[in-house]
Amino acid sequence: MNGGNRGARGALAAVGLAAAVALTITGCSSAKPAATDEAAAGGALVVGVTSDPDTLFPWKATQFQAVNVLQNLYGTLTEFDADLNVVPGLAESWEASEDGLTVTFKLREGVTFADGSTFGSEDVKFSLEAIQAEDTAAVSRTSLASVAGIEAPDEQTVVLTLSAPDAALPANLAVINMAMLSSDDTEAELNTTPNGTGPFVLEDRKASQSLTLAKNDAYWGDTAKLDTVEFRVIPDESSIVSAMQSGNVQLAVFDDPLVAQTAESGTVTVEKTPQLSYHALQLNARRGDLADVNVRLAIQCAVDRQEVLDTAALGEGEVTGPITSPAYRSDADARPCPERDLDKAAKYLDKAGKSDGVTIKTIVSQGEYATSVNEAQNLKAQLAEANITLELEVLESGAFVDRWIAADFDAAVALNGGRPDPDGMYGRYFTSTGNLNQVAGYSSPELDALFAEGKQSSDPDERKDIYAQISENLEDNAAWIWFFTSYSYTAAASEVQGFTPMANGSLQYLRTTTVN
Amino acid sequence: MLRRILAAVATLLGVAVFVFIMLRAIPGNQITAGLGTEAAALTPAQQQQLEAYYGLDQPLIVQFFSWLGNIFTGNLGFSARAQQSVLELTAQSLPVTIELALFSIVLALAIGVPLGMLSASRPDSPRDAFGQVVGLAGLSIPAFLLATTLLAVLASSFGFNPNGEGYAYFLDNPWLNLQQMLLPSLVLGFGIAAPIMRTTRTAVLEIRSNDFIRTAKAKGVPPRRLQAKHVLGNALVPIVTMTGLQFGYLLGGAVVVEQIFSLPGIGRQVLLGIQQKEYALVQSTVLIIALSFVIVNLLTDVLYRMIDPRVRAA
Repeated sequence: MNGGNRGARGALAAVGLAAAVALTITGCSSAKPAATDEAAAGGALVVGVTSDPDTLFPWKATQFQAVNVLQNLYGTLTEFDADLNVVPGLAESWEASEDGLTVTFKLREGVTFADGSTFGSEDVKFSLEAIQAEDTAAVSRTSLASVAGIEAPDEQTVVLTLSAPDAALPANLAVINMAMLSSDDTEAELNTTPNGTGPFVLEDRKASQSLTLAKNDAYWGDTAKLDTVEFRVIPDESSIVSAMQSGNVQLAVFDDPLVAQTAESGTVTVEKTPQLSYHALQLNARRGDLADVNVRLAIQCAVDRQEVLDTAALGEGEVTGPITSPAYRSDADARPCPERDLDKAAKYLDKAGKSDGVTIKTIVSQGEYATSVNEAQNLKAQLAEANITLELEVLESGAFVDRWIAADFDAAVALNGGRPDPDGMYGRYFTSTGNLNQVAGYSSPELDALFAEGKQSSDPDERKDIYAQISENLEDNAAWIWFFTSYSYTAAASEVQGFTPMANGSLQYLRTTTVN
Repeated sequence: MLRRILAAVATLLGVAVFVFIMLRAIPGNQITAGLGTEAAALTPAQQQQLEAYYGLDQPLIVQFFSWLGNIFTGNLGFSARAQQSVLELTAQSLPVTIELALFSIVLALAIGVPLGMLSASRPDSPRDAFGQVVGLAGLSIPAFLLATTLLAVLASSFGFNPNGEGYAYFLDNPWLNLQQMLLPSLVLGFGIAAPIMRTTRTAVLEIRSNDFIRTAKAKGVPPRRLQAKHVLGNALVPIVTMTGLQFGYLLGGAVVVEQIFSLPGIGRQVLLGIQQKEYALVQSTVLIIALSFVIVNLLTDVLYRMIDPRVRAA
């Protein structure tokens, strides 16, 4: 079923492209209807999205659309700015003790929830303790692993006692899965009636059709400029493009460069933003031939990353090492084989005693993202020249997720999400106690030590140095093979001003956006 | 009649069991559909909590009968994604699809019947070829292709895209609603016009070769009256059968068009349900689609009796 789906989508994009090209050639520019009648002073923005949020409960939201909506409704203790630096949010400031084992947060005064109740330290205590409790099934639970105690000595102060210093904590607190909820609310209530401290409040929801936010006049920061933001569900991406061309939709974010290309027109501009997420070949270093580092290095040497990027993703992206966040970005060339080198690959295979070649069973997801199968096929072709056989198993995305979770693969062609802090990004994969270590398939005492060091140090330069070492270690051991990061494409009508796209895909700058 | 109803009930039960098994045979469940690869980070206790929340911890047989039992009390299940009951969701989505199906059928008949009669009026002539080519085009142009092209061209060159405005229910805004139904019904109607055209052509040709037509001609019945009353009147039975079948198919098969034109119909409800692995939602909705299919078939039978006295007698 999914195969058909993908084919159809590809064809759709092609048709859209053809139509757009035809129109450009004829230079047809008929008058467009006024975008929105209600676009007065503050304005009403319509954002085109392909799906509805699958939950409105922030602690369990992982779906992209849900996260984007909730980010505008709820507040967190810390936040990210446009460059992904950690900045104050509901906490005005925070300070770690000398030994790093206590962190004291000063909360902002005069913050209220959407229902009018006051936000205070007991809400923070309630929220963090609930996120830690296993039966809440909160997805960010492990980000609080170092937190041993939470005290609220007065209304504006929260003190966290840590079992070990944790430099990644401020960044971990900035994600929407760490949203601060009112201690009076329950999950069941919040599923239908969000009650947050964000710049917007929920105005209306029509399931699978639209979700409308209105500005929160009581917001603690600068009040949002827009009166309303409607997330309008248009399931097909090329239909979103059509809706932008007819002026019904003013803003949309696309992943597929082909679709983004069709969106660009006289009234719509498209902006590229490099993303934190990365395309990689995950290797399971605990299975079969891949347990030998030389086999893994042979794979690294046999792959031209730029070629994968060019053939699978039209060259739309940047070759990358493990860490993708701007502040800690890995040097993409700091690896045993910065360029493709088949001789070196053959030597590594020799060293492993596998000069006859190896066979790697590789799972590939189909339908989850546009480039997966093309990447896999290009890899297969490149590796074949180095006597490495990729046995591809193309799976429907549900089946892929099942196998991935069970770590039931030699290798997996994957697009994984990135995070601003490198500890948050890889600590859970590559430390021996990380909750995704089984899936990552690789850990070592050196890495454990380095990750621990990175958490202990609060000096930014020192941390940069530590994560550069981690990155090098991962590449030297070819834990996985990192290929490239891609872009997201923000398409905006000319009347939209003041929106800043972010590398983590967040739409938090809807609060500074205007529609003229 | 009783036998037909019993057969219908058996069919529905079969559909229920089949869908129930199929859904569980698809890899993944509601937890992994929601969390994706993040589900790997769940602790066993979290996993258990979520399974209990979604009712996945129950044995399959219990899941099946509690769902079936609930249906008889009017409880079709609850969608965690939409935070609404399946009954409420269906009450919103079914009318959309019924409206779409009705318009499509009307358009299909308006295109297919005249085209079929045109073709049949002089077999193997250029006008027959014209009819056949249009019919073949309707059959062979995929709906998604026609839909996307229409949408893209009209939106970018004329700024006409009522479907970009967010769906309007007929009772809220009839004018916008009708505009939004226009393109999707045209796309679907064009596709269904083909079988209707072919059925009409064959039926008309067959009727025309009958003795009673020759007799009518000899008696001096004017050609127009002959066509309308004697020929078309008698050709209606196969046309109605074909239309009934297509209508049933439309109630479940409008997924692609609903997707492209952003219509919140029942096809999209099933699709979203499958994507999110919302078992009860999919089971109940498919059952409703199957039920409408059965009802449409019964209605088609009733129509025969009205059209054709011979069926009434039998």
